Amino acid sequence: MADTLSPPRLLPSGDSAITVEFSRNIDDAANRRVLALDRVIASEPIAGITETVPTYRSLLVHYDPVQIGFDALGEQLLERATKALPTAAQTRRWRIPVAYGGENGIDLEDVAKALNTTPDDIVKRHTAGDYRVAMIGFTPGWSYLSGLDKSLQMSRRKDPRLLTPAGTIAIGGVQTGVQCLAGPSGWHLLGCTAVRTYQLHRDPIFLLEPGDAITFAAVDDKTFAEQTRAAEAGEFVAELIAP
Amino acid sequence: MSKLVITSIGPASSVQDGGRPGSQRYGLVPSGAMDRLALAAANTLVGNALFAAAIEIGPFGATLTAREGAVRLGLAGAPRNADVAGRAVAFDASVMLADGETLNLGFARGGSFSYIAIEGGIEGEPMFGSLAVNARAGLGSPYPRPLQSGDELKTRPISSAAERRIELPELADAPIRVVFGPQDDEFAEENKKLFVESEWKISATSDRMGYRLEGPTITHLHGHNIVSDGTVTGSIQVPGNGQPIVLMPDRGTSGGYPKIATVISADFGRFAQISAGRPFRFKAVSMAEAQTEVKKFAELLRSLPERLRGIEEFGLNVDALRDANVAGHAVNAVDAATWQVAEPTG
Repeated sequence: MADTLSPPRLLPSGDSAITVEFSRNIDDAANRRVLALDRVIASEPIAGITETVPTYRSLLVHYDPVQIGFDALGEQLLERATKALPTAAQTRRWRIPVAYGGENGIDLEDVAKALNTTPDDIVKRHTAGDYRVAMIGFTPGWSYLSGLDKSLQMSRRKDPRLLTPAGTIAIGGVQTGVQCLAGPSGWHLLGCTAVRTYQLHRDPIFLLEPGDAITFAAVDDKTFAEQTRAAEAGEFVAELIAP
Repeated sequence: MSKLVITSIGPASSVQDGGRPGSQRYGLVPSGAMDRLALAAANTLVGNALFAAAIEIGPFGATLTAREGAVRLGLAGAPRNADVAGRAVAFDASVMLADGETLNLGFARGGSFSYIAIEGGIEGEPMFGSLAVNARAGLGSPYPRPLQSGDELKTRPISSAAERRIELPELADAPIRVVFGPQDDEFAEENKKLFVESEWKISATSDRMGYRLEGPTITHLHGHNIVSDGTVTGSIQVPGNGQPIVLMPDRGTSGGYPKIATVISADFGRFAQISAGRPFRFKAVSMAEAQTEVKKFAELLRSLPERLRGIEEFGLNVDALRDANVAGHAVNAVDAATWQVAEPTG
């Protein structure tokens, strides 16, 4: 236990933010400590903190330097970080439907070839995974998941695509993810979901929280089309299966 | 209800305000004005809240027409040649457009962004408490995209207030101050030194997401890939080609390149105003100095209403003003289609 509570590094991110870094690597234990510190700050607020941004390995803490200085805030963050035990907190669990392959997942066949197996087997391995939202970032709702099966880990594309569709489900390196908005990506596209993790005029606008548990379920093209219409009408489409 | 009609406007112009902080944990960047001091000054001139929504106008010109009533505008930020029906109009001052009158704005001079605040504010539907445009996220009101010809901004009828000007501190042409970190340990001392001791230029391919810098190549100690972590406005990341990118208000909320340093808050607006192609330098300062400066900056913002003056105290000599605006600054005309800087013309 002493190991897991080693103090994080405090890195200055300008005069109004501190990066609290638990690891330099993608590391599940570090990510759990990031989320634990985030929860502690939410439940016992420190005056002057304006918002927190959890990422794989660090918590970025934005603050108002007129209210609290770097040194004073850093001290309080260190104290909380070494006390914030990663607990088996009540986690929300979502099942996200995915239409794999074909035009919805243009890299599925190439991924199967590269890994000397069949597309069906890739889908089987991807849907067998038990994932967790490690961070949400880059663009609204882009959810980076930890927990990808080692056998599916492969380096990113040499030529990132400038435009990949909204709802893309892809793998890259040790990660998989749910991409909400259309945009650039260097990952391998396995499929597409109708689920929108960010949708204006829906309550809530953001569906997933860092720390949420995720599983994927394969659906056929017809179901995908129906779910796309339902999502446009404001339905979550993702199923909340726990708690 | 009066309205301001955008008769013509260049790219990189949009409605901006103080932004929408609070949802970066969901990947939503705050956006907001590139130069917060100029936004606040423009709003102060017309009695609006400091960070109310205003028009942020990019380097090119614009023409704005009052319809269905008079409107009063506060002009601040990068100065431009400006006139209403042939009468020259000063920056850092308010001006009234009678119904049907048009404000003509030329290219930005000695800066990139000007702010046109409208007395009574811009009518719109705030999302996450802000009207600021973030086109990628589909946010912004009344239009979730940059402004175009024909757009209309509705506002309340004007007050009978007198026109005013605002006295802002002279902005020093000093280096842009940075604090090292969060990943300056990914760079050798000589590369950190190269970063702060070299002359830089902002590339013409820059935008509200990031300013690309042109200068010496900054090399990494351990390669250019780090595990993505959070960014702030002003983060200076160094990608594989060694040419730093300064993250601007429409940045991604996380990024996977090492960040050598961060522009201090007090200097960010001044940095955002540097025209493409104009040489400048960075200077590293301590956290203590950065935090002293950010407090001074907050005090400057707070004091803006005290800096208002009557326009009659002005001894208005717009020609002299115009010359003063230009002094020391070459005009960098930028081609609207390519963002390439043409030959200096001033």
